[in-house]
Amino acid sequence: MAEKKDYKVVGTRPIRHDGVDKVTGRALYGADFQTVGLLHGKVLRSPHAHARIKSIDTSRAEAHPGVRAVVTAKDFPAVEDKIADLGEGAANVKDLQDNVLAGDKALYKGHQVAAVAAIDPHTAEEALELIDVEYEVLPPVIKVLDAMKEDAPLLHEDMHTDEMGEKSEKPSNIAAHFQHKQGDPEKGYAEADVVVEQEYTTETVHQGYIEPHNATALYNPDGQLTIWCSTQGAFAVRGQVSEILQIPVSKVKVVPMEIGGGFGGKINVYIKPIAAMLSMKTGKPVKVLMSRADVFEGTGPTPGSYVRVKMGATNDGRITAAEAYLAFEAGAYPGSPVGAAAFCVFSPYKVENGTVDGYDVVVNKPKTAAYRAPGATNAAFAAETVIDEICEKIGMDPLEFRILNSATEGDIRIDGPPAPRVGFIETVEAAKDHPHYSAPLEGENVGRGVASGYWPNFGMKSSVSINVTGDGTISLVEGSTDIGGTRASIAMQAAEVLGIPAESVTPTVADTDSVGYTDVTGGSRTAFATGYAAYEAAQDVKQQMIERAAKLWEVDPEEVQFADGVFSSVNGKEQEIDFKGLAERLDETGGPVVGRGTADPNQPGPSIGLHVVDVEVDPDTGKIDILRYTATQDAGKAVHPSYVEGQIQGGAVQGIGWALNEEYIYNEKGEMTNASFLDYRIPTCLDLPMIDAVIVEVPNPGHPFGVRGVGETPIIAPPAAIANAVYRATGVRLKELPMSPGRVLKAMGKI
Amino acid sequence: MATIAIPSLMQKLTDGANQVVVEGKTLREIVNNLEAAHPGFKDRLCDGDRIRPSISVYIDGVMTREGLHQPIGEEANIHFVPAISGGLASHGQDFS
Amino acid sequence: MPKKVHVQTTINGEAVEYLCEPRQSLLEVLRDVLHLTGAKEGCNNGNCGACSVILDGRLVNSCLVLGAELEGKSLETIEGLAEPEQLHPIQDAFLENAALQCGICTPGFIMAAKALLDQNPNPTEHEIRYWLAGNLCRCTGYDKIVRAVQDAAQTTS
Repeated sequence: MAEKKDYKVVGTRPIRHDGVDKVTGRALYGADFQTVGLLHGKVLRSPHAHARIKSIDTSRAEAHPGVRAVVTAKDFPAVEDKIADLGEGAANVKDLQDNVLAGDKALYKGHQVAAVAAIDPHTAEEALELIDVEYEVLPPVIKVLDAMKEDAPLLHEDMHTDEMGEKSEKPSNIAAHFQHKQGDPEKGYAEADVVVEQEYTTETVHQGYIEPHNATALYNPDGQLTIWCSTQGAFAVRGQVSEILQIPVSKVKVVPMEIGGGFGGKINVYIKPIAAMLSMKTGKPVKVLMSRADVFEGTGPTPGSYVRVKMGATNDGRITAAEAYLAFEAGAYPGSPVGAAAFCVFSPYKVENGTVDGYDVVVNKPKTAAYRAPGATNAAFAAETVIDEICEKIGMDPLEFRILNSATEGDIRIDGPPAPRVGFIETVEAAKDHPHYSAPLEGENVGRGVASGYWPNFGMKSSVSINVTGDGTISLVEGSTDIGGTRASIAMQAAEVLGIPAESVTPTVADTDSVGYTDVTGGSRTAFATGYAAYEAAQDVKQQMIERAAKLWEVDPEEVQFADGVFSSVNGKEQEIDFKGLAERLDETGGPVVGRGTADPNQPGPSIGLHVVDVEVDPDTGKIDILRYTATQDAGKAVHPSYVEGQIQGGAVQGIGWALNEEYIYNEKGEMTNASFLDYRIPTCLDLPMIDAVIVEVPNPGHPFGVRGVGETPIIAPPAAIANAVYRATGVRLKELPMSPGRVLKAMGKI
Repeated sequence: MATIAIPSLMQKLTDGANQVVVEGKTLREIVNNLEAAHPGFKDRLCDGDRIRPSISVYIDGVMTREGLHQPIGEEANIHFVPAISGGLASHGQDFS
Repeated sequence: MPKKVHVQTTINGEAVEYLCEPRQSLLEVLRDVLHLTGAKEGCNNGNCGACSVILDGRLVNSCLVLGAELEGKSLETIEGLAEPEQLHPIQDAFLENAALQCGICTPGFIMAAKALLDQNPNPTEHEIRYWLAGNLCRCTGYDKIVRAVQDAAQTTS
């Protein structure tokens, strides 16, 4: 499977199926949902980063005119301390509950403490001020290295460090430590001509999706709960709500509305269980919407981190040993993406002697969530700038160094198993051949940098069903919420199998009662795995249609061929009918045709990219301007190249924002001080040039069309590429993210 | 006989050996035989009758989802690896 | 609850009247009173542009205008842009250029682009970027949005 070949639909650029709804304002997102008798909920949040909750008195709020219900953690059903398998991941149910409404302790500013349902949002807001919470304020711990100290304030007095199943004796903020080890690093350093070791820090950053979280819940007296919301995974919401509220999954229906961005941040639930609890108490539908400040302070960002990387190489450019120490802030509960960081830190390269240590550490910040290639950006910022330093020391072109050290299929990964095929050398060659890399760079204070980014991608479970319509089109029902054009890329894969145009597919994203189990839109898995399920469903349709043609022509199905959208008999009668013609004749050949496909593919095929950036640094203000940007990436097979380019461009720009501006700024009390889009500044179009996306196609053997997921990889390289460019422009290496003007001036010794 | 790569943090259980050879036709048999030869392994790898969500198992380079039912070939190479986690999970796999 | 205000106004060329609370923003009125949900709330403090509408020919963030202020004015929203059988050229250009991913910022960008092209039919790339800097998109990196506006300018001018 998956050799390079020409396709009729895959690789073309049709208009997306949901396009007209989205350019006319008619597409309904979660906050747009309306129903009769709606109440509005608002959430009270902890003003303290770390505090014991001594008491909550809701009586004044309950008495406020227009208020219909108030809920606190006391309204949760009792749960045991257990790890629940939620399909796309496992989580401690008590932690899940505690994060939704704080029990004994508030663990970060913005932690949800109580909620109100009232006749309108303003009345609910008024009532929040009437809830009396008595706090005993505790000292917060905000930075990962502080939280790891022996005498650090403990967030969870009963938490012990887990080292692959072995628990520490003393309680600690370090939730887990693990290690990957291959070969003998000491021997490797002895063989090295040059050894570079550097420390890096990154701050907490947010996904910054434009649509705040939202949920409307209706609990019926028969025990049936329905939730309308924007989410990356309707089944993930169902699973979490079911565990948190101890309701069977069969009693929870989640209706995914359109979603206004997620990037990993709309998998965890925050207000969905609250809307459900308020509906249970009132018997009415309850809508809860977050404000932008709620989103920053109360939802999972991606962690701040401390990363130390040491690498040795010979003068002829061969890596002899590498080590990484990664300490990640999990936020208030365990579960940072340090595992992925440890996996990705050296994965583009062949490292025969290496050690990677990962630490998952709780701090008084919101529980981190996934963010586009979670963990990999933090790790690559360190590893890819250390490599740049080595290249400079040995006088080697950084692209040549990458080609020389590229891990190839079968090389042992740092965690043990062999590496799969990925087009690393091909993306580096594409960057080398691009006019950008050889273009002269003119002027002062300018520099060019490169870096690569690797992400393993994920497969996971998807379901698709296809109904053949009498006019020769198909309707395709899928469970993957469409966050960036996947209705099109999934529909196109079914169309390719059936030899019909993309426009002849009507894709629908269904609720949890109407489609088979489907994991989240995340992990760069949707076009790959749900596309795979669509391929399987289309194959099922094709086989059934072959049988219908056989029936029509009174021949054996084995005598019917299907190619280029046309069924033909091979029994000498030379009969032919196209898909549309046959679809018109289903009634006389046995009735409706419904195809089904499921997938749980285990060879997602990693994706890798190499980015080239030119910057100009203002020596007086420290501001970095992006002059030119080129991003290459292995897409396996780009199903809809425009949307693949869009992923690469969008990911690169999120990485640029992370590199240049974005950070949670905390004061000494552990309060975030910049919870708005004015002060947490994401890139605007005025900050950027065009982003040249170069698609490289090295087919993934694990997918029938060779598809690799593309969504996450492009965020990984930008901070390192920009730091390397800034070094060329200024002679200074930046080791802290973001490289905001103040940090740049400080590094240049100007302040 | 299958070859098991032992994660560095579990090598205390194997007296420092980074790989051991164990017999078994399923992952369950492998884990049980590992436990018999090196007591303490099963508890580190399994939570009751399941592989811990914090552990991923690779058979000949491919991650398995079949848990202890997974059939094991005669010459299999098995890796127990810390699972990639993030986002939703406090343990186990998950990503954006 | 405060006494409501009676407002008579014009929205997308049609006479409209409604009651709103003095504290309700135009965005709240559009979404919750008139059920015109094409304008989106991304920040509710004028930083993201997802609620962009054109008020008496001028681009505004509807979250920063009070609903009561609409008395006697003329408002254009995303819902009024397309003809029954024909999208507006800017809408077409967004589709042709794949200038949207999640789509939440798209109505705001399209209204902002319309306000730009209404007054400057042939903007440079820099002018487009300067004008659209009040609208945040987190998905696209803006490349395809800028190209869509360039294309639309070619079509409309």
